[in-house]
Amino acid sequence: MSNFFEKSDLSRNEAENIISDTLQKCDDGELYLENSKSETILLDDNKIKNSSYNSDLGFGFRAISGEVVAYSHSNEISKDSLKQSSENLKSTLKSARGSYNHEIPKSNKKYYDNINPIEQKSLKEKIDILNDVNNYLRSKDSNVKQVTANFLGEQKSIEIIRSGGETLSDVRPLIRFNVSVMLEKDGRKESGVYGVGGRQSYDSYLKDDNWKSVCDEALRIATVNLESKPAPAGEMKVVLGPGWPAILIHEAVGHGLEGDFNRKKTSAFHNLMGQRVASEGVTIVDDGTIDNRRGSLTIDDEGTPTEKTVLIENGILKNFMQDRLNARLMNTRSTGSGRRENYRHIVLPRMRNTMMQSGNQTQDEMIRSVDKGIFAVSFGGGQVDITSGKFVFNCTEAYEIVNGKIGSPIKGATLIGDGPSILKEVSMVGNDMMMDPGIGTCGKAGQGVPVGVAQPSILINRMTVGGTKL
Amino acid sequence: MVKEQEFLEKKASYCLDLAKKLGATGSSVVVKNSVSETVNFRNKKLDESNRSDDLGISITTYIGKKKSSISSSNLLNDNLNVLIEKCVETTKNTPEDEFNSLPDRDLLAKKVKDLNLYDNTHIENDQKISYLKKLEDAASHDKKIVNTESSFTQNKSNFVLANTEGFCDGYKTSSYTASSVTVAKDEKSMERDYEYSSKCFLKDLDDADELGKLAADQTIRKLSPQKIGSEKIAIIFDKRIAMGMLKTFASAISSSAISRGTSFLKDTVNQKIFSDKINVFDRPDMPKGLGSRNFDSEGVKTDTLKLVDQGILKHYLLDTYNGKKLNLKSNGRCGGTSNLYFENGNINFEDLLNLNSKSLYITETIGHGSNIVTGDYSVGATGFLVENGEFKYPINEITIAGNFKDMFQNITLANDLEFKYATNSPTMLIEGMVVAGK
Repeated sequence: MSNFFEKSDLSRNEAENIISDTLQKCDDGELYLENSKSETILLDDNKIKNSSYNSDLGFGFRAISGEVVAYSHSNEISKDSLKQSSENLKSTLKSARGSYNHEIPKSNKKYYDNINPIEQKSLKEKIDILNDVNNYLRSKDSNVKQVTANFLGEQKSIEIIRSGGETLSDVRPLIRFNVSVMLEKDGRKESGVYGVGGRQSYDSYLKDDNWKSVCDEALRIATVNLESKPAPAGEMKVVLGPGWPAILIHEAVGHGLEGDFNRKKTSAFHNLMGQRVASEGVTIVDDGTIDNRRGSLTIDDEGTPTEKTVLIENGILKNFMQDRLNARLMNTRSTGSGRRENYRHIVLPRMRNTMMQSGNQTQDEMIRSVDKGIFAVSFGGGQVDITSGKFVFNCTEAYEIVNGKIGSPIKGATLIGDGPSILKEVSMVGNDMMMDPGIGTCGKAGQGVPVGVAQPSILINRMTVGGTKL
Repeated sequence: MVKEQEFLEKKASYCLDLAKKLGATGSSVVVKNSVSETVNFRNKKLDESNRSDDLGISITTYIGKKKSSISSSNLLNDNLNVLIEKCVETTKNTPEDEFNSLPDRDLLAKKVKDLNLYDNTHIENDQKISYLKKLEDAASHDKKIVNTESSFTQNKSNFVLANTEGFCDGYKTSSYTASSVTVAKDEKSMERDYEYSSKCFLKDLDDADELGKLAADQTIRKLSPQKIGSEKIAIIFDKRIAMGMLKTFASAISSSAISRGTSFLKDTVNQKIFSDKINVFDRPDMPKGLGSRNFDSEGVKTDTLKLVDQGILKHYLLDTYNGKKLNLKSNGRCGGTSNLYFENGNINFEDLLNLNSKSLYITETIGHGSNIVTGDYSVGATGFLVENGEFKYPINEITIAGNFKDMFQNITLANDLEFKYATNSPTMLIEGMVVAGK
């Protein structure tokens, strides 16, 4: 764990006094300290293109009165700097007349180990694996024209000091291994991307020849795309494969169920609590408590232990995801969903691992039931307009379905739908729930945070496919 | 206040000296400080105040053709000592790359012009609050507006870039940004839209009333949208979307994509990639320009480039590394373009709307549907149906798709260019794209 005051002219005691003094008439707030170390090693175009290391240190000081948030952050952990921040907060909240809410739930559970993945493997070992990846892919298929592979490793230590001196801390490891391959055949180029990751050591993913399965998957997707035909355009049935396609859930309903948009009544879901928003059999949870997952957290960035929050139960809207601010203003409790990218940013209610639970049908049944539609297996990114509820996601591997059978692969196309109604169009839920491989980053208000998704195969009755073939 | 040049230069030379002492044969360093103050309003009330003071340093060390880099926000010498030692150590253990090098000495920027990028004015939070009050009053004029969120940010930055080829320079920049996001509601729908203004100088910022009113009008006109059928149709891109086409073009001609062979525009210099009349400029020396700069992120001088002349591609965007790989000299585009724009077309906005009896006017796209490798494009879109030059009704939940290679050859531009962003386009018409709807 980091000792944030070790090389500072500011002692912990002095910091606690400034915090308590600044927050005395506020409803909530804290000093958030963060020290993160991260590395990137990138192989591209047959060479190690980049080996870089980042060390980031800073604090964010937050005071809340009513609905108003005052925030100030700096890289200098010093007396002057904290006092300046304190002055900034006080000047914004001159008329604060609240009483500080000291209550914060406790838990002893931990969902990952206190490790620094960067130090657990030498630079040489990492470079060797990247070179092996490059050689393996180029020798496996002569159409391979470009290989990019990279490691990202991080250890983030945080400490939260609340008014009165209560202190909460967490050390979070995170790694990611990515492979991208481009093929060229008869003048046509296509690419395939795959990656794995989570809150563990590199070795959890790269033992022995484990990395080969990541390469094989990237190569397989690129190979499929080389044969792809233009995608159809228009409304049709869509079968989604299990795992990563759950970014549909993330975009279509996840963002719309975040507390801030509902308190402000700008979400298409704000007046639907307790109502049917999905077909019977559809249950969706947001779970921060799964061991070593990319979206898991022992405590959130306000110090609240995370939990498994039921969002939609058997089609009925049950809960929003909340941070402390929005929970207080909506007369409910925090669900441990208060997150921030780093100390430069304010806390917002965010997703962790968003998952649709298994039903009892098979993927095969779904495909057999479709006369004309598409089967989408893998996706790039997605986006949503939470106000109108419209969302999109981009297929990176998809096939047409003709008369109950999987047909030719189709080119990457955008799928568009309406969040509040799409889950009512789910007519079959598979028995094959799967987690994504651990590579998701969710963006909101300019902040990126690591998240996970999971779902079984599902059949959607009607979605618009954005191809070029009329 | 933002840190002065002298402080940044001292840190930079400390790092260069230390790297040399530890065995680096060359190195470069950037030291930055940025101070932002933001006030956010929601429904005519103060919602958030935010002050950020960001320090950052990044160092790249070379040992012959080996290279590695580190970055940190902690500028204390104790920390820098540890990091630079680590950086040099990593450099030693990183394989050689024959193209690694600092920029050629004769390409480094020498005389630095004052481009008028820094306004010394400080706007107090109380003044920001009165601007936002005015803005939100204007934005919530209509009863259909049910939520307003607006924001005012002042940013002051300073930086120094130095390398062991003798380059050491930097300058202050400022920006003042106001934005308004409004939500409108009727029985059938709820819609959101926005407007914003960002300028180097406070006095150039758009009027608060106008900004708020524009955001509200743009939101209200989106209410009760319809979905249309799938068809091939002419598409008109609002300026705020059209500039995205130019950004895609810029990433497709970046020397890294070209040298790696992962761009649909590889090997197209001196070929006609746009329709006949299209000219594209990248002009770094515009006074007060939002993308203006005196040198690129390696210190290389940046001249104005006519990237596309009468539809023909003339240059890639080159940095030192990828330039060497392609056997070309850097043209000062490490870190991307500066003020990039399409030259005006020769038809006005109304005539553009009238070119086809039926077209689609797109005001917003969502999704990451641009594939630089293949040129395929497919995104979700929101906009209006235009018939005989008139806006008929709003449209949503559709996608538009095509391939950039074809789209670029079918562009017609209006003559309404303005410099609102760093990358700018007049209103753009593209024939022959496919809309997927019902």
